[in-house]
Amino acid sequence: MMAEKRIDTPTGTETVGHEWDGIEELDTPMPRWWVWTFIACVIFAIGYVVVYPAIPMVKKATDGTFGWSSRGQLAAEMQAEDGRRAPMLAALSRIPIERLPEDSDLMQQAVAGGRAAFQVNCVQCHGSGAAGSGGYPNLNDDDWLWGGDLKAIEYTLVHGIRHPGDDATRTSMMPAFDGILSPAEVQQVAGHVLSLTGKAAPNPAGAALFDTNCASCHGLDGKGDRAFGAPNLADAIWLYGSSQQQITRQILAPRHGVMPAWQGRLDPVTIKMLAAYVHSLGGGEDFVEVAEDPAVQVDEQP
Amino acid sequence: MESSLTKVGLWFALLVLSILAVAGAQDSGFAVHMWIFAAVAFGGMWITAARYDPLARVQGIFHMPTDPTRYDDDPIRWGVIATMFWGTAGFLAGLFIALQLAFPALNFEPYLNFGRVRPLHTSAVIFAFGGNALIATSFYVVQRTCRARLAFPALARFVFWGYQLFIVLAASGYLMGVTQSREYAEPEWYVDIWLTIVWLSYAAVFIGTIVRRHEPHIYVANWFYLAFILTVAMLHVVNNLAVPVSFLGSRSYSAFAGVQDALTQWWYGHNAVGFFLTAGFLAMMYYFVPKQAERPVYSYRLSIIHFWSLIFLYIWAGPHHLHYTALPDWAQTLGMVFSVMLWMPSWGGMINGLMTLNGAWDKVRTDPIIRMMVMALAFYGMSTFEGPMLSIKSVNSLSHYTDWTIGHVHSGALGWNGMITFACVYYLVPRLWKRERLYSLRMINWHFWLATIGIVFYAASMWVAGITQGLMWREYGADGYLVNSFADTVSALHPMYLMRAFGGLLYLSGFVIMLVNVWKTIAGCIRVEVPMSDAAFDPEKDRPIATNRAAVSGAAIPAE
Repeated sequence: MMAEKRIDTPTGTETVGHEWDGIEELDTPMPRWWVWTFIACVIFAIGYVVVYPAIPMVKKATDGTFGWSSRGQLAAEMQAEDGRRAPMLAALSRIPIERLPEDSDLMQQAVAGGRAAFQVNCVQCHGSGAAGSGGYPNLNDDDWLWGGDLKAIEYTLVHGIRHPGDDATRTSMMPAFDGILSPAEVQQVAGHVLSLTGKAAPNPAGAALFDTNCASCHGLDGKGDRAFGAPNLADAIWLYGSSQQQITRQILAPRHGVMPAWQGRLDPVTIKMLAAYVHSLGGGEDFVEVAEDPAVQVDEQP
Repeated sequence: MESSLTKVGLWFALLVLSILAVAGAQDSGFAVHMWIFAAVAFGGMWITAARYDPLARVQGIFHMPTDPTRYDDDPIRWGVIATMFWGTAGFLAGLFIALQLAFPALNFEPYLNFGRVRPLHTSAVIFAFGGNALIATSFYVVQRTCRARLAFPALARFVFWGYQLFIVLAASGYLMGVTQSREYAEPEWYVDIWLTIVWLSYAAVFIGTIVRRHEPHIYVANWFYLAFILTVAMLHVVNNLAVPVSFLGSRSYSAFAGVQDALTQWWYGHNAVGFFLTAGFLAMMYYFVPKQAERPVYSYRLSIIHFWSLIFLYIWAGPHHLHYTALPDWAQTLGMVFSVMLWMPSWGGMINGLMTLNGAWDKVRTDPIIRMMVMALAFYGMSTFEGPMLSIKSVNSLSHYTDWTIGHVHSGALGWNGMITFACVYYLVPRLWKRERLYSLRMINWHFWLATIGIVFYAASMWVAGITQGLMWREYGADGYLVNSFADTVSALHPMYLMRAFGGLLYLSGFVIMLVNVWKTIAGCIRVEVPMSDAAFDPEKDRPIATNRAAVSGAAIPAE
């Protein structure tokens, strides 16, 4: 079939002369701007290929006239940042943590670094605002299981809590009273625990059982003992819930949280910064208040 | 009689093999899939033996014309129904996962968690909805532009039903956790083999029809369909090269490792966009836009140049998905520059589509199908500008891994692929079912606006979400440390996720209107309604404004 060209009336353009199922094609030239933009993109591409690594050769690709590489750029940026931080990190590694508050500028930098490290390593359990959740302690309040001064916090970070494999980890074990106390007695003890915060009427039977079974760790007044990590039962803060049922459950089969030891995972300076950050959240205690904390090995190397 | 006995025997053999495979299956997912094969074989055996034709009954339900026609339109009618069916499934799944992102409690473990429903959504819309639309329209277009009936009619029917089986196997596999974890190529090795058989049959039918054509030249739509079919075959086979752990199990290991594996995957993934969602749908555009506008294609020369430049450049652009990764710098550079060069070749299709309306621009106002096509081309142009822009490394360092990518994909998928498919189905249904016209043109108008506003909500919220995310991830404080934790960025996006889900709801609502419209058209109903355009004509006003130039203007206006 021969091509039958004709002039299309509305556009005044000639058709190519083919026809398929009624569809014809106009012989319109390509738009100039389209052609030139296409050529400009190709020129840009050629220029980019010349200046950046692009053409694979036998052993390696061309380097490009800029000599740029993504690894090189990363290394340069990291080096610059490392250089900027080096004096601060050196100062932090030298200062014992209990003397950090004396240098408020350094303290501020430690808190900033600790905040960044917290967001990577700690938010998964303690939450992005460090407010914790059921079973994971809130770090913003002044209720500390193991101590809330800089040194105690650092120790907890270094050795963790009930962390298997670290001999110096913070550890304690509340016995399960299932079988030791009768169900009725457990209810009495739970009632007594609730009465400490005024949530239940005092009950002498529960108080007597508490004195015999619980006071050795939690204290006669129920205010806990940091030496055993025994929680204060006479305040409004509850790790595993404050209902009669939740307290009963904790008496019968106590749950024990685990926090990893960060020693070996994070460098000593980062741990120091984390301690400073957690301490700064609002509940940090002064060092003098707690005297009998285990000695912390301060690593002098950054 | 003998031949039907042989057929029963073959079906029975397949049934026995499937049951043996169930018995020896290494995992439950594989066993379920073999049960599906067994059910198909049993159905085939029963139909052949009992000479019972359920298809004829279903054809009755769908009011399909049975009288002989010039072209073989039966598989196309089935394709239109399948497109509508899988579209419903895919859009519902999309809305569901959008809501899961906004309300994580909607993750129902394990079968309906986000990780399993997301590939269900992507595969359902791309391969089930889009794929059926492509197969159906390609069969329609190739017959008419070649003036030939489909080659191998039986094989064409196998392509259609075999493809549906592939979809069922893929989708059920995702929900059971059977996946090889390759984006847009999640189905495992045995499903991949099945798709290869179906796809090669598809290529045979399509190429066979072109070979039998009664036209001296091959129309441009068929070039694009051909590029789509051949390239997808190559991409699918290479990307899915894998070694099964067991021939009776659903697990396999990729033939590639490490960064080579990643590059193969994104060579495939990007060209799934390039040859499935771009070339294939451009083929639809090249037939249905000129037909609906009743105008010649704008520029033959442009179609040649943009076709060859598009398919040559697209195939190299994949590495831009791996910027700033372990992929060597040189490969990243090439991925970027090929993407930048791709901008104009992509726009060639938009220009040719839009400018085909030259001389018929009034139809954008009066014809809602044309309006849909124009909107599709507009979104196509927007996405194919955005794509090269996002491939530029400095832009990508902000946008990568953020919701900006999701917004980009959906402006293309909802705007371009969805809208052009809707327009083509609206064109096809009255013609395939031999109806006077569609049930309602006004309902198309409703569909158009719901879909358009839905896309605007979707794309705009994802742009804002993506840029927010990108900026928050890289935000450093004055002290030199990152400011935000990941969870902070997630909570910042919640309002955007709600807006996105709302946009998806609008888009789905438009589609529901389409379902009603198509069903009513199939049923032969015609809605009594006021015509879409009622431009008033006032002879008094039909004169040039400036009376002193009347003579000049009068001479310039051609006589009607």
